[in-house]
Amino acid sequence: MAQGTMAQDSQLHRPPVSPRRAMQTVGRALNYVIILALCVLFGFPLFWTAMSSLKTIPEMFAFPPILIPAAPQWANYWTVLNIDYPVGRWFVNSVLIVILTTFGTLITASLVAYSFARFDYRGRDVLFMITLSTMMLPAQVTLIPQFVLFYKLGWVNTHLPLWVPHWFGGGAFAIFLMRQFFLTLPRDLDEAALIDGAGYFRIFWSILLPLCKPVLATLAIITIIASWSDFLGPLIYLNTPEKFTVSVGLQFFNAVPEVGGEPMQHLLMAACVMSMVPIILMFFFGQRFFVQGIVMSGIKG
Amino acid sequence: MAVAETGAPVQRPANGRASLLSRLVGAQTPFQTKRAIWGYVYAAPWILGLIIFWGGPILASFYFGFTEYAVIGSPRFTGLSNYIRAFSGDELFWPSLGRTFTFAGMYIPFAVGGALILAVLLNQKLMGTTVFRTLFFVPHLIPAVALAVLWTFLLAPRVGPVNEFLRAIGISDPPGWLASRDSALASVTMINVWAAMGGNTMLIFLAGLQGVPQELYDAASIDGGGAWAKFRHVTLPMLTPTIFFNVVLAVIGALKVFTTAWVATQGGPSYATWFFALHIYFQAFQYFRLGYGSALAWVLAAILMFFTWVQVRYSRRWVHYEGG
Repeated sequence: MAQGTMAQDSQLHRPPVSPRRAMQTVGRALNYVIILALCVLFGFPLFWTAMSSLKTIPEMFAFPPILIPAAPQWANYWTVLNIDYPVGRWFVNSVLIVILTTFGTLITASLVAYSFARFDYRGRDVLFMITLSTMMLPAQVTLIPQFVLFYKLGWVNTHLPLWVPHWFGGGAFAIFLMRQFFLTLPRDLDEAALIDGAGYFRIFWSILLPLCKPVLATLAIITIIASWSDFLGPLIYLNTPEKFTVSVGLQFFNAVPEVGGEPMQHLLMAACVMSMVPIILMFFFGQRFFVQGIVMSGIKG
Repeated sequence: MAVAETGAPVQRPANGRASLLSRLVGAQTPFQTKRAIWGYVYAAPWILGLIIFWGGPILASFYFGFTEYAVIGSPRFTGLSNYIRAFSGDELFWPSLGRTFTFAGMYIPFAVGGALILAVLLNQKLMGTTVFRTLFFVPHLIPAVALAVLWTFLLAPRVGPVNEFLRAIGISDPPGWLASRDSALASVTMINVWAAMGGNTMLIFLAGLQGVPQELYDAASIDGGGAWAKFRHVTLPMLTPTIFFNVVLAVIGALKVFTTAWVATQGGPSYATWFFALHIYFQAFQYFRLGYGSALAWVLAAILMFFTWVQVRYSRRWVHYEGG
């Protein structure tokens, strides 16, 4: 539509259409065609999954495949919570782990970053370099000894290995992101508060942290998405279905989609949709913060 | 230091004990000493975390690599035997490594190149850019397990919509995708490219494109450059630092590929998607060969570090830094 009016405008103002102008219009139209094709490429699999989650089992395996179910089975979303697999429990587990992980990361990473950005002490710069270098090492290297550690602590098949480590600084990326932000805040703020008699923790908590809200939002979104989608951790540490998170639960469901001898693939699709929706909604509402965070880490990093 | 610079008189510590502590924390005055100690206190969670979850495990993992260890009992030192076995006695070692490189070789150009094309398209200031950007990004948000599950259904050989489409346009014998030994590796690559193209890589390119000065495009227009010439001689050279950053990240990500292959194919059919990270996982956590698994993890770490080093080393030949 916009394309049409623009083409008309150019014709109104310049009766003889210049070849250059025509080229541009064709170019723009071509851009739209490509973008719409890409929308189908990225959108169709999601649309198909959403539609499958509303099908009956015969529709799920109909040949040739059916795109849109005759009568959408909204009840699938209720039924999936009441099958022999503890699907609802997986969601509760995931939510709890995500909350504990995110709070741990936000609180400890901002404290550590405050220390890196505002205090002078021996070894600080070396410590910061070591922090950055941990980003280079693949997780596989530390995974096995960490497993041994948690095994010896008796934490295997509990949720503790999945969130407790995040209360120890939240990882190099979180600390780096927060530190970069603290460095942009004027140091006069701290010095003024210090002269007024505020302690270091008070300066952190009442003066600097309120200014960090945007970057805290960024870090929260990134942490929530990563923690919600994490697969390797829960796969290694959890082994009874009641303890599973959404990711390992889905994997378990996918491996044996015949619950109690009956095929439940339509419910598997509903569970898949339920695992995606919270994250997608979060992205929609926090998009601004998320994009800033990625860009900050990408361009300044 | 900061206080000394603002003109406060530098106080000499009153007694020897304070001065020892001050020297220990790298401070000169009692005020700075106190401040430095608070610095350590606030950094303490991470210092502990580094020791417990990084330093300790790195040393332990390095040691385990030279032992035989099965969680129960204690590690038994066996010298280089794990590494010798990996390089010469493990028939899955070289194939899984080769497969991982094949994956990386297909994944990196498509994921990074695709992301660049998407970013250039979105940077045309078309209407609805925000909506398109969001839609392109959604696949990247899907939990990897859900991604693998939904593509398993989409690519189902008989009842999947992809093959139905292919049959509709006249391909009577469409591929078996994930279910076939010949196409499983390509299918897993395709799924990963689909999920990665519109993701962080694209956002970083978009930010990079915003940093290309408009004057350069104007100058190119005056010189009579068309769209392709502008892309080739302005956009591409100006984006080389961003491309470099994205390629480094893509290499690291590709060599660690795990979840999609594990969920969609469990490394099969007949080892067609048995990647190196899967091999480590199976050795360590299915067969509980923790010593051998640690050795394999160090091989992966060495490969990753080598590739990162090579890329940084040779980046000067093609990466153009403004003002550098």
